[in-house]
Amino acid sequence: MRAPPQEYANPPVLVIRPDSARTLGLVGDLWAFRDLLWSLADRDLRLRYRQTALGVAWVVLQPLLGALILTFVFGVVAGLSSDGVPYFRFTFASLAGWGLFAGVLTRASGALVQNAGLIGKVWFPRVVLPASVVPAALLDFAVAVAIVLVMGGMDGALGPGALLAPLWALGLALLAFGCGLVFAALMVSYRDVQHVLPVAMQLLLYASPVAYATSNIPAAWRGLFLLNPVATYLEGMRAALLGTPAPAARTVAVAAGITGAVLFAGQALFRRLERRFADVI
Amino acid sequence: MSSELAVEARGLGKRYALARQARATTLPERIAQLVRAPFGGDDETLWALRDVAFGIPAGSAVGVIGRNGAGKSTLLKILSRITPPTTGEVRLRGRVGSLLEVGTGFHPELTGRENIFLNGAILGMRRREVAQRFEAIVAFAEVERFLETPVKRYSSGMYVRLAFAVAAHLEPEILVVDEVLAVGDAEFQRKCLGKMGEVAGGGRTVIFVSHAMPAVSALTQRVLLLDHGACVFDGATAEGIARYRALQGGGAGRPGEYRAAGVTAAFGDGDDREDAPGPRNRVRAARVVTSDPGGVHRCGEPLAVEFDLDVPEPTSTLCFSCKLADAEERNIVHLWCFDAATRFRRQAGRYRLRFEVPRARLFLGRYTMRAFLSDRRTNAMYDEQHGICPFEVTMDGVTRDDYAWSAGDCTYLEGAEWVLERVGDAGAQRGRVAP
Repeated sequence: MRAPPQEYANPPVLVIRPDSARTLGLVGDLWAFRDLLWSLADRDLRLRYRQTALGVAWVVLQPLLGALILTFVFGVVAGLSSDGVPYFRFTFASLAGWGLFAGVLTRASGALVQNAGLIGKVWFPRVVLPASVVPAALLDFAVAVAIVLVMGGMDGALGPGALLAPLWALGLALLAFGCGLVFAALMVSYRDVQHVLPVAMQLLLYASPVAYATSNIPAAWRGLFLLNPVATYLEGMRAALLGTPAPAARTVAVAAGITGAVLFAGQALFRRLERRFADVI
Repeated sequence: MSSELAVEARGLGKRYALARQARATTLPERIAQLVRAPFGGDDETLWALRDVAFGIPAGSAVGVIGRNGAGKSTLLKILSRITPPTTGEVRLRGRVGSLLEVGTGFHPELTGRENIFLNGAILGMRRREVAQRFEAIVAFAEVERFLETPVKRYSSGMYVRLAFAVAAHLEPEILVVDEVLAVGDAEFQRKCLGKMGEVAGGGRTVIFVSHAMPAVSALTQRVLLLDHGACVFDGATAEGIARYRALQGGGAGRPGEYRAAGVTAAFGDGDDREDAPGPRNRVRAARVVTSDPGGVHRCGEPLAVEFDLDVPEPTSTLCFSCKLADAEERNIVHLWCFDAATRFRRQAGRYRLRFEVPRARLFLGRYTMRAFLSDRRTNAMYDEQHGICPFEVTMDGVTRDDYAWSAGDCTYLEGAEWVLERVGDAGAQRGRVAP
């Protein structure tokens, strides 16, 4: 039995002031309210496939169909290079990573507005809401990776690099969560975000090496292209799962730096706006 | 330690920007606003709460009462940390559990069991705590047989019972509750009240907002009366309720009368055909015709209640009813017009409805009326008015030797004949109990 943190379980005195901020940081809040986080994630997972005919099969079907389309458009019609990997397996592995990123980002961004009823009636650290979308996205990712590994195992191309996959996934998830915090906080006041986000995600999908390899980008532009941390993480993910060339240490450092900055800025903005959510939403 | 304050508020205030609708909620609007008024000085504001101070000792139950918009909900939202105060501070000693709405976070697609865990977590319980109290929650809600059924298939009574049951087993040191007794049937309300009394009796602190004065007087010895954001009374429950009644009477317009917003003429005084009936069924005006002028009624005299109803949308199950409630908001008289053949069920128009009570024996005191215009089948409430048409009942003319009338003798006075015989003797004396 773990005792809950003293601050929440039995505060000697809790002082509420116009400017009083919480004492626990992002991680502390999430840990203290892990049961709520888990319950919300559990709710989303249970509801996702309720009243669907194919049920959990959609976890597999969705990325399969997506990969088929990208394979047809970019591999067959446009004939781009996939670093020597079968095109379908290539796009499927990329989509696993992209799906994690896009899933966390878009669902985290909408988490506050979708749970407006809770925000007006109950107190808890609001950061729990965007965080609660992460487990479902991770589950989707795990299933997709398992499929890639099975395909890889059949081809005999699976190496020990696969062990690095969780690290690349962590990078994608943290980056997406940082962005999600920013958009979620802004969406409370400005619903414009809701409309901008799908367009931006579409743009980013094509600007990232999901359906094509970075080697297709002219060498002169490659430096700029790899400033996009999503590109670096996807290259890394493919290196782990498919044995393609890994990104250079320098680009990985840049991606990690950007991720850290986004995460820090995201939680700072979120905290600043958090106390007004109930009044504005 | 018993004298220690569990809740201590000082100089508490909350200001809202009034023009909430006009506030920029999209970026272009915001930019346009910034261009127009770069320093944002033209926002009108409203103090929903202003300079409120109080202290509540641990282990006591305190009611918060006041008219709509008095600041009660704002106060509860600050105490439960949902919204920060604009000024002042609150000190809370102990874990706070708040129940501002029954069933917050319930999901219709989830089963009863799933919702118990989800709702428990939302209210701040650990899964382990919920698991420990699971049996008690289910027993209290009486939903044993429906645990695996999605709550969207529950009756509204079952839904509310389950939702309250989860919250009732929260067991915080300070429990903040908003008007939960407005839902559920009488039996269940009694159960909830009992549970809250138990919480207060168990040494924990209960802060309780309600419009139901019987519940407030049953549960609390002390009330805070809020009006226009200020705490205008802090003391004994009975006196607080009396002051609340006085505020309500003052706000309800002329004695014995009620008019919907914008209605100037009613009951044929002036040309009431001029103003349009409006898009929705409503109670346009109401009045109590008392025996004496100025909204004063002598017990036992004939009493009439009249209504002007606008019915632009007749429905086959349109129902009208009204109640006369005493100063403690107990319903004493219930009158209704549910007849299948009533014309307002078939034909649109403006109706005048009159109830006549030949001998109204309401007892000494102050009364108000409640009126309900609703649809039985869809449960749509077209119009619902509380605390309207205040009037007073006196016992003038009802004589009683030796004892003077005093408030609280009864709630309704019934007439009767009495017969007195001496056992063994022939003959009897007869008399009447007034009125």
